[in-house]
Amino acid sequence: MGCGGVARFWREIPQRYNLIGNICGSCNKTFFPPKEACPYCRRKSMGKMQDIKFSGKGEIITYTIIHSASENFQKQVPYIMAIIKLNEGPKITAQIVDCDIENIKIGMKVDSTFRKIQEDGYTGAIYYGYKFRPCNVLVTNNEKEKCETK
Amino acid sequence: MSDIGIVSYGAYIPRYRIKAEEIASVWGKDGESISKGLGIYEKSVPSIDQDTATISVEAARGALNRCSIHPKDIGAIYVGSESHPYAVKPTGTIVGEAIGATPELMVADYEFACKAGTAAMQTCFAFVKSNMIKYGLAIGADTSQAAPGDALEFSASAGGGAFIIGKDNVIAIINKTCSYTTDTPDFWRRAERKYPAHGGRFTGGPAYFKHITNCSFNLMKKVNTKPEDYDYAIFHQPNGKFPVSIARKLGFSYDQIKQSLMVPYIGNTYSGATMIGLSSVLDIAKSGDRIFLTSYGSGAGSDSFDMTITDDIIKLHRGNAPLVEQMVNDKKYIDYGTYAKLTDLLYWE
Amino acid sequence: MRDVAVIGVGLTKFGELWDKSFRHLITEAGSKAIFDSGIGGLEIDAMYVGSMSSGRFIGQEHIGALVADASGFSHLNIPSTRVEGACASGGLAVREGYLSIASGLNDIVVVGGIEKMNDVGGNAATETLATALDQEWEAFFGATLSGVYAMIANRHMYEYGTTRENLAQVAIKNHANGALNPFAQYQREIKMEHVLNAATVAYPLGLFDCSPVTDGAAALVLCSLEKAKKFTEKPVKIIASGQASDSLALHERRDICTLDSTVIAAKKAYKQANITHKDIDLAEVHDCFTIAEICAIEDLGFVKKGEGGKAVEENITTLNGSLPVNTSGGLKSKGHPVGATGVAQIVEIVKQLRGEADKRQVKDAEIGLAHNVGGSGATCIVHILEAI
Repeated sequence: MGCGGVARFWREIPQRYNLIGNICGSCNKTFFPPKEACPYCRRKSMGKMQDIKFSGKGEIITYTIIHSASENFQKQVPYIMAIIKLNEGPKITAQIVDCDIENIKIGMKVDSTFRKIQEDGYTGAIYYGYKFRPCNVLVTNNEKEKCETK
Repeated sequence: MSDIGIVSYGAYIPRYRIKAEEIASVWGKDGESISKGLGIYEKSVPSIDQDTATISVEAARGALNRCSIHPKDIGAIYVGSESHPYAVKPTGTIVGEAIGATPELMVADYEFACKAGTAAMQTCFAFVKSNMIKYGLAIGADTSQAAPGDALEFSASAGGGAFIIGKDNVIAIINKTCSYTTDTPDFWRRAERKYPAHGGRFTGGPAYFKHITNCSFNLMKKVNTKPEDYDYAIFHQPNGKFPVSIARKLGFSYDQIKQSLMVPYIGNTYSGATMIGLSSVLDIAKSGDRIFLTSYGSGAGSDSFDMTITDDIIKLHRGNAPLVEQMVNDKKYIDYGTYAKLTDLLYWE
Repeated sequence: MRDVAVIGVGLTKFGELWDKSFRHLITEAGSKAIFDSGIGGLEIDAMYVGSMSSGRFIGQEHIGALVADASGFSHLNIPSTRVEGACASGGLAVREGYLSIASGLNDIVVVGGIEKMNDVGGNAATETLATALDQEWEAFFGATLSGVYAMIANRHMYEYGTTRENLAQVAIKNHANGALNPFAQYQREIKMEHVLNAATVAYPLGLFDCSPVTDGAAALVLCSLEKAKKFTEKPVKIIASGQASDSLALHERRDICTLDSTVIAAKKAYKQANITHKDIDLAEVHDCFTIAEICAIEDLGFVKKGEGGKAVEENITTLNGSLPVNTSGGLKSKGHPVGATGVAQIVEIVKQLRGEADKRQVKDAEIGLAHNVGGSGATCIVHILEAI
């Protein structure tokens, strides 16, 4: 299995479900997945790394359409994988869904969605996480940012 | 005592559709006459990476995006479905984590055929009423299964709805709710079986019609209303014919139910059916509108709701999540071979 | 630091070697190298072996000891160490051997590289190669090694106007070279239409843009330069060894189209050898995918960033071009037994610098460069060798 034991998945749930990364309190650089320390501020960043939840909105930097996949992804081919630059800065590798292959392009605006990523056969655990889809397909009105108040 | 009701709502319908005539052609049947007979032209199909948990999360996130309540204020999540991804391990925990409501909350999964979602609404209503929680999240969602070649294959589809129940900024007051329950085996799926079985025409008269009729009359009697007092009515919709027929029998007009009648274009989303119907009504409802809803779950039972839209509906950011009509129209057709792959009909190990 | 020379090289045939086991392959390559070097065997101070994933491919770890044992050195108790850096495992093993002699600790070292990939099915090979990526943040979500390089290719095409045909031309050139190499997995030429009409693996890369799944092994005997003359007339001196790392995941890189690990490893190597890229007569670069060769010739400084495609189009890198690249056929045509590749590249350079490359011989070759990459560029190792 490409996904290891359940504990290995479970400990990444905040990142995979909710795009929790962190920000360096010293230089304000953002990271996903979260880093133990800021690679730029190093010692100065110790104790100043703060969790943040990314909006899930971003832009496609590059993509590919995978036809030859690992065992756990065989049933999904052909599928789109992309590197997305999140609006807050970090880049992330993820699948693009709800997008016809002929429409995918570099520069496309996308936002995150919640999907099954892998399952450990018919008897093992199901692993969920982020994928991305073309932005604003349906949400036409005011793009209110989610209330991350309080 | 302040009013309790729906604070926000969200729905989700997967993008894939298969036409009834495509399914019919595989089994040597006449698609056109089947479509006419069932009142279903096409149905939604979950993508290979979607299940009841992902649909529930999408619907719940939609509900949260429309309002400004903090997820940590949600004190309970109940997810009603007959297609929970795990037989043992709750769907609700996945939803709770994905919307940021964990860890201090109550969670359980419900199953009551197609009415598990409205049962979840009643539970949340009671918890809020008893002041045990501030907000409750009630979800009804399914990726329903039908055996290849079975009549259900034309209707069993995927989708869901999520409702936040509370007493602040209520957009739809729940004036009253009641249920009607008997032991009636019209449709079932035995433990550890993949596909359901049903009693054929027995699912009509003694099951769907009897329970909805009695439950609906009981509620109208309790709140002293008549069908014409309502702007909208929502009934469970296993096909396109039953809800139209039950509405007529109860004295509701077609105009009262048409906003909630999604089944011709998305099929029967089971636990999601009345939830999506209600979401569609809330998409356009105005202050003062009165809404009547009766769900039906095989086995069997019905839950009825009498609701009134408040002035606060204008404060809800309805455009922050997709409207039901938009999701119904955003679709991609697939053929039966793709359908077979996506729904795991070709299961082998 | 002492000077170090290659005094012996050995290579097995590359390909789908159904009748050859892991032990057989590494022993064959090692024996050939020892025979070629003129040493007896008892002089060996240490062994280093590069293998990316013997655990997944043949269910065997503890490869260092296994190789010493299979080669008949267990009773001599020679220290033997496995080195791993994904597809750069071979190159890293060469570096470890080199450093152990340069430091004065050892005089004679055997370096091997091996991968026996065909004992598992195709999907398992794809999955194993994907472990060279970031397992948690790339492969978990469905990325494959070919997919990640395809994303580099797509961005390269977007930014620099590199064409599908440019990519194809890398494969055509490398097959033309491989056709002249009796050790190559594919010893036949291919045409543009073969590449363009092949099945897509990961858009824009097709089957002919990808190196194959290969069984094979390669070995070197390294010796301090002062002692080298005792064993051979034609020692080839390692004049530089530069290594660098970068983020495991492609998405974390400064620039998607630049392998900074290559840029830095090459800079270090040129500095150590006290030369520039202009002094290189030929190069073996890590063309695991066609786009990788285009990026490599840019990042090694042979051409400007973005002009790799054009350079291929202008035939600069063919056997008769001004800078022959991958005269062996490269990973594409010679084959890519991942752990063996970095060592096999040195074998080719040594043969060229000794003037033993037969039909592939680059005239008057004096300085050659070998460029070996792990994953999508998280590890890079550059060696420069000189005929003396």
